[in-house]
Amino acid sequence: MNPISPETLTTGFGLLTLITFLPLAGAAMALFSGKHARGVALITAFACLALSLVIWIHLPADGSMGLTERVPWAPSLGIEYHLGVDALGALMVVLSAIVTLMSVDAANRVHHSPNLYFALVLMLESGLFGTFTALNFYHWFIFWELSLIPAFFLIKLWGGPRRGPAATQFFVYTMAASVALLICFLAVFLSTGSMDFIQLAAMCQSGALENAVTAHLGHVMIWLAIGVLAGFAVKVPMIPFHTWLPATYSEAPSPVTMLLTGAMSKMGVYGLLRIALPLFGPQIYQMRTELLILAVATVVLGAWAAAAQKDLKRIFAYSSVNHLGYCLLGIFALAIPTSGAAQTSQAAALNGVIFQMFSHGITAGALFWFVSILQFRSGGVRGIDNFGGLRKPAPVLAGLMGIALFSSLGLPGLNGFVGEFLIFRGVFPLSWVAATVSVLGLLVTAAVLLTVIQKVFNGPVPAHCANFPDLHHSERMALAPVLILMLVLGLVPQLIVNTVNPTAMNLLAHWRF
Amino acid sequence: MISEASSFTPQTIASPLTQLLWLIPALPIAASGIIALLKQPRRKLASTLAIGSLSISLLLSLWAFAHVLAGWANHLAVRETYNFTWIQVGSAYVDLGWILDPLAAVMLVMVSLVGLLIFIYSVGYMAHDENYTRFFCFLSLFAGAMLGVVISNSILLLFMNWELVGLTSYLLIGFWYAKPTAAAAAKKAFITTRFGDVFFFLGMVWLFAQTGTLLFYNYGAGSLEGLALNNLLAQHAAFGITVAGAIGLLIFCGAAGKSGQLPLHVWLPDAMEGPTPVSALIHAATMVAAGVYLIARVYPLMSAGMPLIGHPGVTALNGALAVVTWVGALTAVFAALIAIAQNDIKRILAYSTVSQLGYMMAGLGLGGVAVGMFHLITHAFFKALLFLGAGSVIHGCCDQQDIRRMGGLRADMPLTFATYAIGMLALCGFPLVFSGFWSKDGILEAAHSGAIQGPYYLLVFGALLTAFYMMRQVSYVFFGYWRGHHPAHESPRVMTMPMAVLAFFAIALGVIGTPAWPWFRSFLNGQPAHFDFHGFAEPGLLSLMVMSSFVVLFGLWLGWKIYGNKSPSPEEPDALEKAAPALWCGLRDRLYVDEFYGITVIAFYYWWARVTDFFDRRVWGGVVAAVAWLFQLWARFNNFFDDSWINGGFDKSCEEFSTGGGLLSRVENGRVQIYLRILAAGMVVLVAILFWMVRP
Repeated sequence: MNPISPETLTTGFGLLTLITFLPLAGAAMALFSGKHARGVALITAFACLALSLVIWIHLPADGSMGLTERVPWAPSLGIEYHLGVDALGALMVVLSAIVTLMSVDAANRVHHSPNLYFALVLMLESGLFGTFTALNFYHWFIFWELSLIPAFFLIKLWGGPRRGPAATQFFVYTMAASVALLICFLAVFLSTGSMDFIQLAAMCQSGALENAVTAHLGHVMIWLAIGVLAGFAVKVPMIPFHTWLPATYSEAPSPVTMLLTGAMSKMGVYGLLRIALPLFGPQIYQMRTELLILAVATVVLGAWAAAAQKDLKRIFAYSSVNHLGYCLLGIFALAIPTSGAAQTSQAAALNGVIFQMFSHGITAGALFWFVSILQFRSGGVRGIDNFGGLRKPAPVLAGLMGIALFSSLGLPGLNGFVGEFLIFRGVFPLSWVAATVSVLGLLVTAAVLLTVIQKVFNGPVPAHCANFPDLHHSERMALAPVLILMLVLGLVPQLIVNTVNPTAMNLLAHWRF
Repeated sequence: MISEASSFTPQTIASPLTQLLWLIPALPIAASGIIALLKQPRRKLASTLAIGSLSISLLLSLWAFAHVLAGWANHLAVRETYNFTWIQVGSAYVDLGWILDPLAAVMLVMVSLVGLLIFIYSVGYMAHDENYTRFFCFLSLFAGAMLGVVISNSILLLFMNWELVGLTSYLLIGFWYAKPTAAAAAKKAFITTRFGDVFFFLGMVWLFAQTGTLLFYNYGAGSLEGLALNNLLAQHAAFGITVAGAIGLLIFCGAAGKSGQLPLHVWLPDAMEGPTPVSALIHAATMVAAGVYLIARVYPLMSAGMPLIGHPGVTALNGALAVVTWVGALTAVFAALIAIAQNDIKRILAYSTVSQLGYMMAGLGLGGVAVGMFHLITHAFFKALLFLGAGSVIHGCCDQQDIRRMGGLRADMPLTFATYAIGMLALCGFPLVFSGFWSKDGILEAAHSGAIQGPYYLLVFGALLTAFYMMRQVSYVFFGYWRGHHPAHESPRVMTMPMAVLAFFAIALGVIGTPAWPWFRSFLNGQPAHFDFHGFAEPGLLSLMVMSSFVVLFGLWLGWKIYGNKSPSPEEPDALEKAAPALWCGLRDRLYVDEFYGITVIAFYYWWARVTDFFDRRVWGGVVAAVAWLFQLWARFNNFFDDSWINGGFDKSCEEFSTGGGLLSRVENGRVQIYLRILAAGMVVLVAILFWMVRP
C-alpha cells in the first residue's frame, strides 16, 4: 500500500464535485416534478453547461491537471476521491454538457413518465461528468457503470419496437467490457496497491508497473492490456466489437441516441487516452500493427457498412463508427516509434483526435436530432426511401440538415474537417499506408451522405411529402446555436486547439511506448 | 521561356494592398451570407448585392493587378504575401496566408471580370426562376471561394477554398433539384472530384509533414522556395521519383478531378444539368480551370527536372511533368473525339472544355506556367462566351438543347450568332485574328520542341477535331433551316451585352501573347517585354504556324463540307453515322467510360457494401451469439459457483444477448425489475470479490 502523504492532499475549489452532483440533484427534482420535468432538466442542463464553461476557462495554462480535489476515501484499499481535469477531460465535460442540453432540447415529445425519463437523462449526465473527471479507478469505475444504467433504462422503456433485445445486448455487451476492465484493474491493484491513474502512469513510465505485475502475477501484462483495450474498444466501438451499436442506436429514442453517440462513445476514446495509453504503452507498442489494422478497418468498413443501410439511424450509426475510427487511427498511430522530428506528427495526431472527439459529438448529435425531427413529421418511418424532394416543402430543414451532413462529411469551413486534417497530418508520416487506406473512408462517407441528401431532399416530391412541415421557429432557434458552433469551430478552431495543445504535449511527454 | 532566369529583382515587402487582399473573396462570400438570410421575395436586392460585391472585388482585383504591373514596370518581381498562424499543434504552425504575384493578379482579374459578366447575364437568364435569390446566393459563394483559391498562399487555405468551390458546384449543378438527373449529376460531380481531392489531401499532409510549413512562399521558408524545395528534390520516394514529384503527382490527382482530366472527366459533361450561366462560369471559365491554376501554383514541385526561374540549381529529374503532359494530351484528343458525336449543344461544349483543359495541362507540362496559363485565360473568355451564347440559343428556342432541332438561327438571333461565331473561331484557333490561335500555338510550339513528339501529334490531331466539331455544331444551330416548333427570338440586352464584351476579349487578348510581343509570358515570368518582330524568326516557328493554320482550316472546311447548310431532320442519322456506324455509336455513347465505371468501380462499391453488411449481421453477429452461447454453457456448468438466481438471470441475459445479435424479432417487455436486480447483485458480488482479493 502506498500511504498518501498529507501534503499531496489538496482540496480544490470543488467545481468538479459540484458539476458531478448537480445533475443528480436535478434528477431528484425532475423525478418529483411530474409534467415540468423537462423544464427542470433544461435548467439543470443549462446550469451544467455554464459550469462546464467555467471549468474550461479555469484550466491551467500549461496543460497539466487542474481543479484537482483529493480526499482519502479508503486508503487501505488505495481508494481516494481524486478528481481533476486537463483540457482533454474538461473538453469532454463541456461536450457532455452540450450534448445533454441538445438531447433534452430534442426530447420534447416524451409522453410516458417524463419525470423518470428526464431524471435518467440527468443521471446519465452525472455519470459522464464523473467519468471524465475521476482520476482514481474505483471512483471512475462507479461513474462509468452509473452512466450505463440510465442508458439501459432509457432504451428499454422509451425505445423503438425492438428495444428489448437491443437494450439487453447493449447492456450485456458493455457490461462484459466493464468486467474486463474491472478484472484487469484488480490485477493491477493487487500488484501495485494503487488505483490512481497518475501514480500508475508514472509507474508505467519508469517501468515499475510492468515489473510489479510480472512479479506478482507472472507475464500477464500483455493480457491486461488486451483486456483494457477490449473494454474501451466496445465502448468506442472498434470493429469487430461494434455489433451492439447499430441495433442500439436505431432502437434507442433519438434524443438518447444523441447522448450515446455524442457523449458516451467518447468515454471509450477518453479511456484509451487517459488509461490505456499511459498505463499500457509498451504493450500497445507491441500490438500497434494489429491495432492500426483494426482502426483502419473501423474507418473503412464503418463507412462502407453505412452504404448498405436503408434506415437513416443505422446509416448515421455506422457513419459514427467511421468517424470514431479516425480517432482510433490517430491514437494507435501514436505508438509508432519515431525520431525526435516526428514529435510534431504525434502532436498533430493527438490534437486531431481530441478535436475530432468534440466535433463528432456535436455533429452526430445534431444528425440524430434531425432524424428525430424527420421521424416525427413522417409519422414514425425513417427509411431513406420514405422521403423525397423535401427541399421543396421544407427548405429550412433541408438547408440546416445539409449543413450538419456536410460537417459530418468533413467539408472545410465546418468543424469536421479540422479534426480529420490534423489526424491525417499526424498519421501520414507515421504510417502512410494506414493513412492512404483510410482516405477511402473519407470518400465512401461522402458518397453515403450525399446519397442521403439525394434521396431525402432531392428529386420529385412524392404525394405524401407534399405538405411536409418545415422547421418551426422554436426548432430553428434550438438548432441554430449548434449549427453556428459547427461553423465557428470550422473557422476558428483555435478556440479548442489553443487550450488542448498544451495538454496534448503534456500527455505525449508522459507516455512511454 | 522557362529556361530563362528571372532578370527582375525580387520584391517581397507586403504593401497595405496585400493585407487587404482578403476582401476580394470576402465580399462575395459576405454577400452570399446576407442573401441566404433574406426572405425569398427580395429578388432585386439579392442580385444587386451579388453584382455589387463582385464589382467591388473586380475593382480591387484591378487595383491589385495595377500594383503588380507597376512593380513589373519598375523591374520588380512582385511576390507579396501576408501570412498568419491559424492554429498551433505541438511546435508546428498551421499557417494561412494570401499572395499577390503576377499569376494571382492575372487570375483575379479574369475570375472577377468573367464572373461579373456572367452575373449580369444571369439576371436575364434566371429572371423567371422561382429560386432566383438562392441562385445568386450560391453563385456569390462560388465567386468568393474561387477568388479565395486564387489568392491562397497556403496549400491548406487553397484546399479549403477548393472544397468550398466544389460544394457550390455541387449545389449549382443540382440547382433544379427536383430533376432526378440534376440531383444525380450533382452527386456524381462531387464524388468524382472528391476522389481526386483525397489524393490532393494526402499530398497536402505529406508536403506539410516534409517541409513543416503549409505556406507556398514565406520569405525563403515556404515549401516552394529554397531549402524546403531542395530537400524535397533530394529525397527519393519510389520508382525514381523524388518526394517533390510524388507530392506533385498527388496534387495533380486533385487537379485532374477538378479539371476533368482522364480518367476523372466523367462528371463534367453531366454537370451541364445545371443552369447555363453556371456551366459558363464554373464548368468552363473558372472552377474547372482551377486545377490548371493549382498546377501552375505548385509548379516548382512538378518541374523539378528543369532549371527553373529562381531555382537555377535544381536539376534532379522527375516524371511528374511527363505525367501531366501525357494525361493532358490524351484528354485533349479523347474528349474532342467524343464531342464530334454529341447532339446536346451544351454537352458538345462540355467535352470541348475537357479537351481544352487537356491542352492547358499539356501546355503546363511542356512549356511552363506561362504557356498553360495563357491558354487558360483566353479559353476562359471564349468558352464563357460560347456557353452564354448556347444559353442565349436555349433561351431563344424555349429550352431546346438538341442541335438537330435548331437551325437557321443566324437570321433570328443575329447578335448571338455574331458573338458565337467569334467564340467558335477563337476556340478553333482561327489564324492570326483570334486569341485562341496564339494561345494554342504556344502549346503546339512547346510540344514541337519537346523531347518526345507523341503529345505534339496528339495535340495537332486534337486541333483538327476541334475545328471539325465546332463547325458541325455551328452548322446545325445557325445555318440551314429552323426545325423547332416555336419561332426563336433574340435574347434581351442584359444577356447579349456581356456576350459582346466577352467577344471583344476573345479577339483582343491575342495581342498580348504573340511571338512578336510575348507580353503575357514576360509578365508572368518577371522579364521585360519588348516588341520585336524577330520573335517570329525563331527556327521552325513560322512553318509551325502555317501548318497549324492549315490544320484548322482543313477541319473547318471538312465540317462545312459534311454539315454546312444541310439541316437533316432530327430523326435522320448523322452524316458520319451513315459512313461509320460502329465508330459513331461508340463516340455517341461517350466511349463507354461511364458504363465501364458502372460495372467496375460502382459495382464494387455496392458489392463491398453488401459484403460488409453481411459480415456485420452474420459473421460478427454470429461470433457474438456463439460467445454468448458459450457463456451460457459455462454458467450452467458452474451452477454451484453462484446463487441460482444470478445464474438464471445471466442465462436469461445471454439468451437475449445471442438472439439480439440480429436474429430475434421477439419482444421482451416489463422485465426491468429483473435486470435491476441482476445489476445490484452484480455490483454486490464485484465489491465482495474486491474485498476478498485484497484482504490482508
